[in-house]
Amino acid sequence: MKYHPFVIPFSIGLAFVMLYIVGMWAYWIIRLSRREQKIVWKRLFSFRTIAAIWESMMEGLFHRKIFRKHALLGYMHMSLAFGWFMLIVLGNFESRLYPHSNINPPYYPIFFEFFRHDLSPLREYEEIFTFLMDFFLLLVISGVMLAFFKRIKSRILGMRRTTKHIRIDRIALTSLWFIFPLRILAESVTAGLYNTGHFFTNFLGQNVIYNLPLDQLYYPAWWAYSIALGLFFVTLPFSRYMHIPSEILLIFLRKYGVKEKEHHSTFTKIELNACSRCGICIDTCQLSTNLNISNTQPAYFLRDLRYSQPNEQLRETCMMCMRCVEACPVGIEVVKIRENERKEHQLYSENSYNYLNGYSYPKAKVAFFAGCMGHLTPSVIKSTLKLFEAAGVDYTFIDKDGSICCGRPLQLGGQAIAAKQLIDKNNALIHATGAELLVTTCPICAREFRHNYHLNIPVLHHSQYLLELVNSNRLKLKKTDLNVAYHDPCELSRGLSITEEPRELLSKTVNLVESGKQIGKNSLCCGGSLGATNISAEQRRTIAVATVNQITQADTNILATACPLCKKTFCSAQDTVAIQDIAEILANNLANIKNQNPTKKSAEREVITA
Amino acid sequence: MVNFGFAPLEIKIHDLDKSNLQLSSWIAERDETFTQCIACGCCTATCTAGKFTKFSFRELCHSIRRGEIAKAIAESEKCMLCGKCTLVCPRNVNTRNIVKLIRKANQKFKV
Ligand code: SF4
Ligand code: SF4
Ligand code: SF4
Ligand code: SF4
Repeated sequence: MKYHPFVIPFSIGLAFVMLYIVGMWAYWIIRLSRREQKIVWKRLFSFRTIAAIWESMMEGLFHRKIFRKHALLGYMHMSLAFGWFMLIVLGNFESRLYPHSNINPPYYPIFFEFFRHDLSPLREYEEIFTFLMDFFLLLVISGVMLAFFKRIKSRILGMRRTTKHIRIDRIALTSLWFIFPLRILAESVTAGLYNTGHFFTNFLGQNVIYNLPLDQLYYPAWWAYSIALGLFFVTLPFSRYMHIPSEILLIFLRKYGVKEKEHHSTFTKIELNACSRCGICIDTCQLSTNLNISNTQPAYFLRDLRYSQPNEQLRETCMMCMRCVEACPVGIEVVKIRENERKEHQLYSENSYNYLNGYSYPKAKVAFFAGCMGHLTPSVIKSTLKLFEAAGVDYTFIDKDGSICCGRPLQLGGQAIAAKQLIDKNNALIHATGAELLVTTCPICAREFRHNYHLNIPVLHHSQYLLELVNSNRLKLKKTDLNVAYHDPCELSRGLSITEEPRELLSKTVNLVESGKQIGKNSLCCGGSLGATNISAEQRRTIAVATVNQITQADTNILATACPLCKKTFCSAQDTVAIQDIAEILANNLANIKNQNPTKKSAEREVITA
Repeated sequence: MVNFGFAPLEIKIHDLDKSNLQLSSWIAERDETFTQCIACGCCTATCTAGKFTKFSFRELCHSIRRGEIAKAIAESEKCMLCGKCTLVCPRNVNTRNIVKLIRKANQKFKV
């Protein structure tokens, strides 16, 4: 067995990190709830496992999602992860193919070049192995150099700013950066002395550094390489690089159906460790881009939660718009985690809303619910009802005389106990109307009804229902030549994945003109968000104006939204572009002939809604 | 004091010099928009909770300024945090934050 003392730092580091990772995985899996363990076990031998392996490769090695964000940034991550992975795999093959070396200690393939200078026993494979090892080393070093440039000038890699790291991360990062230059040095020195390596290290050794005192550099170079590796491994579990093993476990668990619960759990711990602090969320966040608040994004929030407790400012400064969730390459449920963290601070009691006892909504077939925000934009309600009338819908405006809040604003503020009270009351009252369908103009309500109520009836956002009415020819629309841009509300696009219906509806009556990448699930927040209580009206306006500017062009006649809160926020922040809800645009372009002789049924309806 | 032949009821007198302004200044320190309220009542007119019960954000502010801390804290629980008032307030008072601060004071001052 080949041995030299310089392998000790590496070996200690490797043993430590392996034990730690296996230990943590085991600990996390044991600490999952019974139910979670059961579903993991049940689905272990299924297609999901293959899908998880595939995703681990695509994300862990190739960083597909980062590639989609920015090619060079993706290349940087890919070259480091995939290049290093290939060096390890190829090194192992190489050392195993080498005759008489079946019992390999773990350091043997890593320092193969040190132990074996004559690779001719590999015969026809010698050339290809030495070539590939040099090739992947070059790939990795290109990634390291890009990572270094990213620290100096992040814009080249498509990032406005990079994460500010804490000490342990800096130590780990520095040792990681040192690993590969030191490996190149060690291998080049060896190549200079023994003519090993291929086009890269051999060239460096034989032609570039050949007149250095290679004899004296030989051992120090291998020692330094081993120490850099050892240091990186020892710091890995306590630094951002713990994301590497955690992300793999996370991908598997997620594929089996484990997700965030209504409170922090072991799964949360795994998610916290899986954040690489890549900083992509910082750039995505409008608090950073529009307001220069760049210290409360998930990169920092999750970090503080992993090591201890985020402070109040960190916890509360977030609009809960979910843009970062959409952008996070690891797919961490950041907003849910923040919501759960806010829950640790309940301010309300169980009896807050006893005054609602005894209230009821009228009976309904198709129930229309405007919600709090809906009531703030009467023109949207009026237009929606006009469209319903024209289509002959047998609707009832159930919260005409007073709307109980859906509970979402309380939830966003972490007030789970109070929110539950409202939800229970509202749920019972809506149920008692006997409605077969619930339609609302407010995406906040719609999401809350769908996700947290048990209504047993379909809940539709008005854009969905109106599209149904148009498609079934109950509503007829005129075609106009207005240029309309559409703004996706957070709760509708990211919250409910409704992005196509409003567009389809609009294209039936206007020219839908959209520009830029900030559409659909990547849409911008209007700034009016109920998720944050500590940003000022002025700051909200700044966000709203920036958003309007980004999604409209000089010839945009109307900016359409599908959320009363967005409409209100945009309207009060600027008056360069007219803001209208989808329902208003449709109502203005209605081609239905008004029903001249109201039926008995619609006359009754008049009485109810009057 | 001049005798007018009538006098205000003892319990109706509110001596502002003796008001307990602890909560008022505690909130103002944490959210300066609290001091911008002009008591116009727009918030009350739009209030979701106010449709169902006697509750008003404007009155909440009043109570705090008069030092009626216990009353304000108890009342504040009725708010649904829906945010309508923030959107209508002409003075940009950060109403939801103030309600949350009042609720927090409940735990802080233990009144
Ligand atoms: S939360 Fe996601 S996007 Fe943000 S730093 Fe962590 S891994 Fe990157
Ligand atoms: S949810 Fe929105 S506001 Fe909050 S950190 Fe993410 S992007 Fe920023
Ligand atoms: S709307 Fe604003 S200024 Fe008017 S009473 Fe309410 S908080 Fe005060
Ligand atoms: S947030 Fe509270 S005070 Fe303001 S309108 Fe809603 S229920 Fe009323």
